[in-house]
Amino acid sequence: MNGAASQEQVLERVRASLGRRYRQERRFRLYGLASALLGLMFVGLIFGTIISNGYTAFWQTQVLIDVYFDPAVIDPGGGRDPLELARADYNRLARAALTELFPDVRARRDRRSLNRLLSSGAAYQLRDMVLAEPELIGKHRAVWVPADDEVDMVVKGYIDRSLPEKSRRVKDRQLAWIDRLADAGRLERHFNAAFFESGDSREPELAGIGGAALGSFYMLLVTLVLSFPLGVAAAVYLEEFAPRNRWVDLIEVNINNLAAVPSIVFGLLGLAVFINFLGMPRSAPVVGGLVLTLMTLPTIIIASRAALKSVPPSVREAALGVGASQMQMVLHHVVPLALPGMLTGTIIGMARALGESAPLLMIGMVAFIVELPGSPFEPATALPVQIYLWADSPERAFVERTSAAIIVLLAFLLLMNGAAIWLRKRFERRW
Amino acid sequence: MAKAAIMARSATAGDGALADAGGPALRDDKDNSSNMNRREARQPRIAIADLAREAEAAQTVGDFTATDPVITVRGCNVWYGETHALRDINLDIGRNEVIALIGPSGCGKSTFIRCLNRMNDTIETARVSGEFRMHGEDIYDRKTDVVLLRARVGMVFQKPNPFPKSIYENVAYGPRLHGLAANRAELDEIVHSSLRRAGLWDEVKDRLEEPGTGLSGGQQQRLCIARTIAVSPEVILMDEPCSALDPIATARIEDLIDELSQNYAIAIVTHSMQQAARVSRRTAYFHLGRLVEVDATDKVFTNPGHKLTEDYVTGRFG
Ligand SMILES: Nc1ncnc2c1ncn2[C@@H]1O[C@H](COP(=O)(O)OP(=O)(O)O)[C@@H](O)[C@H]1O
Ligand SMILES: [Mg+2]
Repeated sequence: MNGAASQEQVLERVRASLGRRYRQERRFRLYGLASALLGLMFVGLIFGTIISNGYTAFWQTQVLIDVYFDPAVIDPGGGRDPLELARADYNRLARAALTELFPDVRARRDRRSLNRLLSSGAAYQLRDMVLAEPELIGKHRAVWVPADDEVDMVVKGYIDRSLPEKSRRVKDRQLAWIDRLADAGRLERHFNAAFFESGDSREPELAGIGGAALGSFYMLLVTLVLSFPLGVAAAVYLEEFAPRNRWVDLIEVNINNLAAVPSIVFGLLGLAVFINFLGMPRSAPVVGGLVLTLMTLPTIIIASRAALKSVPPSVREAALGVGASQMQMVLHHVVPLALPGMLTGTIIGMARALGESAPLLMIGMVAFIVELPGSPFEPATALPVQIYLWADSPERAFVERTSAAIIVLLAFLLLMNGAAIWLRKRFERRW
Repeated sequence: MAKAAIMARSATAGDGALADAGGPALRDDKDNSSNMNRREARQPRIAIADLAREAEAAQTVGDFTATDPVITVRGCNVWYGETHALRDINLDIGRNEVIALIGPSGCGKSTFIRCLNRMNDTIETARVSGEFRMHGEDIYDRKTDVVLLRARVGMVFQKPNPFPKSIYENVAYGPRLHGLAANRAELDEIVHSSLRRAGLWDEVKDRLEEPGTGLSGGQQQRLCIARTIAVSPEVILMDEPCSALDPIATARIEDLIDELSQNYAIAIVTHSMQQAARVSRRTAYFHLGRLVEVDATDKVFTNPGHKLTEDYVTGRFG
């Protein structure tokens, strides 16, 4: 029948089916476009909300006060002993300076509400100034000090003034003072350096991601230092040197399985092995790094093996052909060619490790830690855990800080993924 | 005298192989699917009727010895898993001679030359038996150093495969590996003279630091030849070195082979009968894993001793 169909009939049939085929194709393309747009929309939504919620945290309201560095308060003995200086009551200086601005506020209760406009960080700041420059004692100096987070929220417009006073944390009196300060030009938003430099704090205006970022940094350092060489070595061995037998197959299968193990399980393992059995310190980035190493190793091994596999056999033959040993072939030619792929896999593994929080909860990296960790062995938290902690805090000011911390984390992740893409593009080779 | 004994041996072995002469065609399909298509599928096969003639090939026609042999091969058998790729091959490669290996695709030419520098060691399924000697030393002996062997028996592959490094580094790699140069000046000398002998010097002398992969196909192949001769091998194996090249590049390589034959023994696999006729002194015709005929090139092309050879060189199949 087919054989009998004339050319015209065939043409007729093809033409009849063409319309349907094109329609199908158009529909298919439409579906694809729609789903891509949907995905894009959600990404936009996430970024949009996070950034609009968080960008204000990068600025912090500060108050300009004229401080008299009163020797009677700071150094009654006059010995300029640093210990003595550090112990003085700098709050009194700050309060005095504030009282000077509001001479009309007399009642004790009002005074107390007034003082609450300043952050407790103001005292630390004055102390640090004196310790750095003892000549200040006895002098007057205009100083920008951090305002309380409530003031900050008012200035940023997060507090609805039209609410009845009772349901507001900032009272009418305080609002009036804030307005007076603002009118006098003594209230300004400054870049919030503390957010990047300091550790966690109960006071939102003093809380920063510095400690968490440092903890994450130490952790990733440990992870990188351990997992990259180990992963690459394992991949090279498995791909280039291992005999093909049942044991190697078993190892392979298990590596693939490990890559699919939920991360919290690695946390439990870390708790049991590193902390309980080996007695390593709790909450320390080094343990976090070890746990994340276990987690990222399979990813790196799999990526590295894929990279090794993609090195064309012609290069191997060429090397062997001029008399390179197996080892020389691998080290001189195969590994260098596979390195970009290995690095890409490592960076992506690192990015995953950076965003990981569940296993860290298991090993105690979820503590409230004010001090910046000085080494991987000191207690610290990590960025995602810090986000988790802040997201739990009731203060309004922590909402924006949570988002800001997310922005920083996302920025790091984008940076790392960007680096991976750049590496891939940069070293892409054609042979 | 020794030759006669070997003839007898290969004949008996051939008889043994006769028993399953009907098998290959059936077995092939299975083999191809089971060995994961490492090689591209084989080329047009010979009609079933030809299989009967295959049996006749059990005994090599012509003289497989060379007067001054560098490499001698006796009773070479190679299996890839279950596939019996080479059967009882006896062949010598003489000093300063060019021997061409011809035959239809899949007949085992590549397999054969890869035995000579033990390149088949890298293929897990490959199993090699037989006696391979280079200047009387057993190539497959446990004490033989593969690295050393490959320095003495160089190889040029079908597809030009320069390292993704500079032209200079490509050529310098081998000498550096083997410590052939005491200093940079000596290394330079080796690199330059190798490039000169490979006929590439004039084209690349101003851009030695550029990547070797940026050259044209023909230049790349000459670079690979330069890389091979940089370690001064005694034998150069070439596996269809021109099959990826245009006619002009091919002509250049052929000239080069001609020149090189003054100093090296060269075994070249080729699909082009003209090429074999042009460059080689002896020609070996392989067919379905057997060495059917080997003789002086003129003789093989003008007056072949075997029907299969005749059919092949006259283009009746292949
Ligand atoms: N790596 C390999 N694994 C399995 N079989 C192979 C492999 N290489 C070659 N063969 C088989 O061995 C036979 C000879 O192949 P080859 O030597 O490449 O032939 P030629 O070079 O003459 O075309 C073919 O049947 C081929 O399918
Ligand atoms: Mg071949």
